[in-house]
Amino acid sequence: MSDLDRLSLHVPEPAVRPGGQPDFSNVKIPKAGSVPRPEVDVAPEEMRDLAYSIIRVLNRDGEAVGPWAGLLSDDELLAGLKHMMTLRAFDARMVMAQRQGKTSFYMQHLGEEAVSCAFRKALVKGDMNFPTYRQAGLLIADGYPMVEMMNQIFSNESDPLRGRQLPIMYSSKEHGFFTISGNLATQYVQAVGWAMASAIKRDTKIAAAWIGDGSTAESDFHSALVFASTYKAPVILNIVNNQWAISTFQGIARGGSGTFAARGLGFGIPALRVDGNDYLAVYAVAKWAAERARRNLGPTLIEYVTYRVGAHSTSDDPSAYRPKTESEAWPLGDPVLRLKKHLILRGAWSEERHTQAEAEIVDAVIQAQKQAEGHGTLHAGGKPSVRDIFEGVYAEMPPHIRRQRQKAGY
Amino acid sequence: MARMTMIEAVRSAMDVSMERDDNVVVFGEDVGYFGGVFRCTQGLQAKYGKTRCFDAPISESGIVGTAIGMAAYGLKPCVEIQFADYMYPAYDQITQEAARIRYRSNGDFTCPIVLRMPTGGGIFGGQTHSQSPEALFTHVCGLKVVVPSNPYDAKGLLIASIEDPDPVMFLEPKRLYNGPFDGHHDRPVIPWSKHDLGEVPEGHYTIPIGKAEIRRQGSAVTVVAYGTMVHVALAAAEETGIDAEVIDLRSLLPLDLDTIVKSVEKTGRCVVVHEATLTSGFGGEVASLVQEHCFYHLEAPVVRVAGWDTPYPHAQEWDYFPGPARVGRALVEVMEA
Repeated sequence: MSDLDRLSLHVPEPAVRPGGQPDFSNVKIPKAGSVPRPEVDVAPEEMRDLAYSIIRVLNRDGEAVGPWAGLLSDDELLAGLKHMMTLRAFDARMVMAQRQGKTSFYMQHLGEEAVSCAFRKALVKGDMNFPTYRQAGLLIADGYPMVEMMNQIFSNESDPLRGRQLPIMYSSKEHGFFTISGNLATQYVQAVGWAMASAIKRDTKIAAAWIGDGSTAESDFHSALVFASTYKAPVILNIVNNQWAISTFQGIARGGSGTFAARGLGFGIPALRVDGNDYLAVYAVAKWAAERARRNLGPTLIEYVTYRVGAHSTSDDPSAYRPKTESEAWPLGDPVLRLKKHLILRGAWSEERHTQAEAEIVDAVIQAQKQAEGHGTLHAGGKPSVRDIFEGVYAEMPPHIRRQRQKAGY
Repeated sequence: MARMTMIEAVRSAMDVSMERDDNVVVFGEDVGYFGGVFRCTQGLQAKYGKTRCFDAPISESGIVGTAIGMAAYGLKPCVEIQFADYMYPAYDQITQEAARIRYRSNGDFTCPIVLRMPTGGGIFGGQTHSQSPEALFTHVCGLKVVVPSNPYDAKGLLIASIEDPDPVMFLEPKRLYNGPFDGHHDRPVIPWSKHDLGEVPEGHYTIPIGKAEIRRQGSAVTVVAYGTMVHVALAAAEETGIDAEVIDLRSLLPLDLDTIVKSVEKTGRCVVVHEATLTSGFGGEVASLVQEHCFYHLEAPVVRVAGWDTPYPHAQEWDYFPGPARVGRALVEVMEA
């Protein structure tokens, strides 16, 4: 025993802290087009490498290259670009609205727009997403009205959720968007249950589960993988690795595992890593996983490698825990600029049209905001009734809640 | 009519529900091929196939989490938590998910699930197979909490729970599975086949959630009880000769306050009995409601009889369990006050 040192605890640290030079040399970026595309029915053990690489389609010059390219038409890509631009403009307006006191709280997607916008297009009507708080692109890309989103954010008289939920915790069954909890990871295993139900009923619909890098540490993440693996549920298990869980870098949740995607391997679940800032790559990988699910081949785990450019929420200040210039050093670039460059290269887009589209989109967002504000904002104008506090706890109001509602004067 | 144990009654409720509605699915630890450690789901997999009744991994948060997802899809899952003591890993899914999905989505999504779980002591199960966590559920808005005391109620209440549009916690007092245990552990248990409430219709019927039942009419004191304690209270009334009115709550949430109030207004005295620990137990809620609604009718302070505020011990089970002697002493105390 005497020749052994005493034990010491290992606490992982990010490469750099505020004041330091941003350093992403630990993020190994393979060349675009270099990762093979297996058949969807390949045995998981034959594609283990894909859990450690990064599938990329758009190269530095804006060309779409390799086996994952070639799935989307000009029109589809243009629509995708506009969805991402809309989400970005929407976020900018809502962050401003929060600062103006029109709502209490907001969470933006800056830098991560490609993940949810492209993913939505790989699903069809009837499929169900179980999202976290940073996938509003699922709604935007599915044509959910912005004014409805804003009504919810402002908790106004037209709020579809009657003022009960934190801003951005949307719900839309019609648009395949399960009610956001605000708890972390709980929805991951629920998505697996929804997918199991679809299989039990011999349906054709599939589910998609969403989680962030930090929340993969929750036990519900692991429960979800067990159930998805055991019952071969038709579910896509998405992990959005945006490097930061509020102030905690991804290494605290990842631990000794090489990647988050690699978590799937022990469960026998095919796992892929994809460039989350590459609209074409996100779509291609999501489509691959959706086909697997729909062909009853079971779950797929996808890790989207991206970067949270903005603060975690309007209550957060990232300059306290990471270098201010870190987002500029992020090696996978900006998803909007990358798709824009690709479309210009294809001859389907131009700088002028982009500038014009930007102006049109901002105008549409402002128009929606005006309309929503006509129904009130958090502290001004029309608001949900006090009665709404008591409704909807149960299908039928039990006597004790009725008595309390009466006591409240309603 | 048939004679059924509470196990058979619970099984019959699931059988009837699965037969009537393809959307009812049953799963949990050991519930598929084997039919559950208490055999409540025996034969259901053989009858309905393994996609409607199946074994689950040992992961309560996974069982409840997947059930919530299934309910969001449109199924009506009736899942088994092997012992109520095992529900804690699922508590987040129960309290912050199942209970709130209707509310937070304004009815866009709902959560019609039933969690069946054997509860209570009396089988030498020690601290992890004897707990009564009902108050941890009644404190959560959005849940319904049901505790039957006999086979007839168990079947009717379980069918009603499966058909209910909201999440129901269905606690099955495991000491009652085979007979109406009155707390006299040193005497042979009378089987349900020799008890009137062991007579159970084979087909479909429901008992409404939120309706109590008076098990013994009386004029001296009201005893509010549920589950195993209903039988203990009946024994205590007989043995003390005190003319107690024994109310079997059957549902704790929603609570049948009218039946309690009417009885206490008549008797002027109230004893609340449960097996769960005393402090912050459901008895505290009942006692509060009784003083709020019946204060000017009360002749004596409301008395609670409950499990001691300690973990459930193994060897000292019968010193812990609030048996007929303790309940009887409370009846005498409240009559002499």
